[in-house]
Amino acid sequence: MSQRTLYDKIWDDHFVAQREDGSTLMYIDRHLIHEVTSPQAFDGLRQNSLIPRQVGTVVATPDHNVPTTDRSKDIEGIKDPISKLQVVTLNDNCDEFGINQFKLNDERQGIVHVIGPEQGITLPGMTIVCGDSHTSTHGAFGSLAMGIGTSEVEHVLATQCLVTQKQKNMLIEINGQLQKGVTAKDVTMFIIGKIGTAGGTEHVIEYAGSAIENLTMEGRMTLCNMAIEAGARAGMVAPDEKTFDYVANRPFSPKGSDFDKAVKYWASLKTDPDASFNATYSFEASEILPQVTWGTSPEMVAHIEDCVPETIEDDKTVKSALDYMGLKPGTKIKDIEVDQIFIGSCTNSRIEDLRAASKILIGNKISNKIKRAIVVPGSGLVKKQAESEGLDEIFKSAGFEWRDAGCSMCLGMNPDQLKEYERCASTSNRNFEGRQGYKGRTHLVSPIMAAAASLEGKFMDVREI
Amino acid sequence: MKNSNLYSGEFACLEKANIDTDQIIPKQFLKSITKKGLGPYLFDAWRYNDEGYLGKKLADREINSDFVLNKSDYEGINVLIADENFGCGSSREHAVWALKDFGINVVIASSFGDIFFNNCFKNGVLAIKVSQESLNEIFKEQKENLQKQIEIDLINQKIKIPNIKSINFDIDDFRKNCLLEGLDDIGFSLKYESEITNYENKIKKLRPWILND
Ligand code: SF4
Repeated sequence: MSQRTLYDKIWDDHFVAQREDGSTLMYIDRHLIHEVTSPQAFDGLRQNSLIPRQVGTVVATPDHNVPTTDRSKDIEGIKDPISKLQVVTLNDNCDEFGINQFKLNDERQGIVHVIGPEQGITLPGMTIVCGDSHTSTHGAFGSLAMGIGTSEVEHVLATQCLVTQKQKNMLIEINGQLQKGVTAKDVTMFIIGKIGTAGGTEHVIEYAGSAIENLTMEGRMTLCNMAIEAGARAGMVAPDEKTFDYVANRPFSPKGSDFDKAVKYWASLKTDPDASFNATYSFEASEILPQVTWGTSPEMVAHIEDCVPETIEDDKTVKSALDYMGLKPGTKIKDIEVDQIFIGSCTNSRIEDLRAASKILIGNKISNKIKRAIVVPGSGLVKKQAESEGLDEIFKSAGFEWRDAGCSMCLGMNPDQLKEYERCASTSNRNFEGRQGYKGRTHLVSPIMAAAASLEGKFMDVREI
Repeated sequence: MKNSNLYSGEFACLEKANIDTDQIIPKQFLKSITKKGLGPYLFDAWRYNDEGYLGKKLADREINSDFVLNKSDYEGINVLIADENFGCGSSREHAVWALKDFGINVVIASSFGDIFFNNCFKNGVLAIKVSQESLNEIFKEQKENLQKQIEIDLINQKIKIPNIKSINFDIDDFRKNCLLEGLDDIGFSLKYESEITNYENKIKKLRPWILND
């Protein structure tokens, strides 16, 4: 048999049929659901008298639209009636169709992309979909994980298959040792800066090389999370011993002989040595410095010692981004002052992120220039773990607010938003106009860079702390 | 819903790269639990000078008269032409629902965000990729001659704009048929019911941890 990539192997193993129109039906192993992109899909099922084909493969949780402050009143505590209706609708739909849901007051509730891996719902070699573009996160486990639209959510519920076409293979290799203070977030932002936000379009990216192998599972999730920001539908890392150890003994993962059988299968999924890729990039880990975005697209990124672009007259896109961001051409990144700090989102809200950020803050106070700094753990269980390690106390005594799990200020559908023209150092993944609040200004950074910025009220080089 | 082969009408250009779905329909409108009524909020932050919310009345809005879709010349357009990587970012299908509700049934760009591109066809919106050169030619023709007439021949895969050589485009057969025939996608897939069942029986043995019922 010819040499195949990890993506080729998963593709082949999930091929169900070729439809007459030339598209492929790909079998879906896991389907994650949240309140924002599912109501219209459930309506569609009802209208067509359909039910989920494999209800046991579906798990739901509310995350985008939930308050991160007081949860004591459960759903009744959601002040915005439209947000509340959306969460109630999710409950009703899950109840009606028998879908397993981690409800708002369940300690397992959290951002879909955090709870999937945490619960062992996400496993290597699987096809995973969710009506959310950052589903690419789950590719960290060597699964093929893709964001889909609401019509596709309905289609997958009804048929357990996705109508799709084979994408091209892209390899991104990072070899060598990352500098101290440089994280998976910096790696993924660096890559987007190099290949652009459309660089991965129509491709599935496989990340490889010694620097990627050395990342923790949480780091790999951060890396794959932003594959979509490079235009790719999915990003993946080959599963290895680290992956198997991580998934072992999680609530939803296979046990006993099934687990051994699974590991044997998972270990066979690695890209064959002579498999070919349609596109290949290779970078040296040591080139990567802590990254900060300065514009309104994730590709508008610089490193901490750099400046925002100096010449803008001939580039309308850069000019309009700097206008929106309220930055003068040539400003040093280190001179940019911020108003808010947000540590959270499916990119960086896992326990390691919180541990790393809290280390910077031990015994320190945030600058009085900071109007608000919040930490939003990715799930109720991450929150609980952090509290058992005393991380909440470190954050709180430094001046951060300690919140409940959800997407929060990553997209500000709930009350956590930037005010007009406020500037935020954010560990999320999108710096689009208005993303964190109407006319708000977002700079994407790693959790330790966000923590460092909180101390001075402006960006600083975390390597110097 | 079937579409006819010919789409004719008027176009407007948004000469900007990387227009993400957060711009097409900002987050506060994703709270909707239906597909309808999002047209008034299409490009909300660009179309209005005040902050919008779901249900805010048009009469209460401050219109940004500089924005192309607010210019009287472009009233009633049904084709939107934008620069590369249109619809990148979030998977929100609300972006397509908003375009459609506004009256746009064709979008043309040199490249698209993948998920947005798929979402278009699922809703009967034709998304066409053309080369950057063709795109620049169209932008120029609109600017210089205030051109807005356009005709798209889906069967023959051609875009016709006065003063410009007709532009050929590629489209997958399944997407083309989907638009022309107005296929019920789920119904079509369910014709493969026995293949799906066979596949499930196979993986129950091969990978028993997938379907643990
Ligand atoms: S944290 Fe942000 S990017 Fe992640 S799923 Fe939630 S809204 Fe989307």
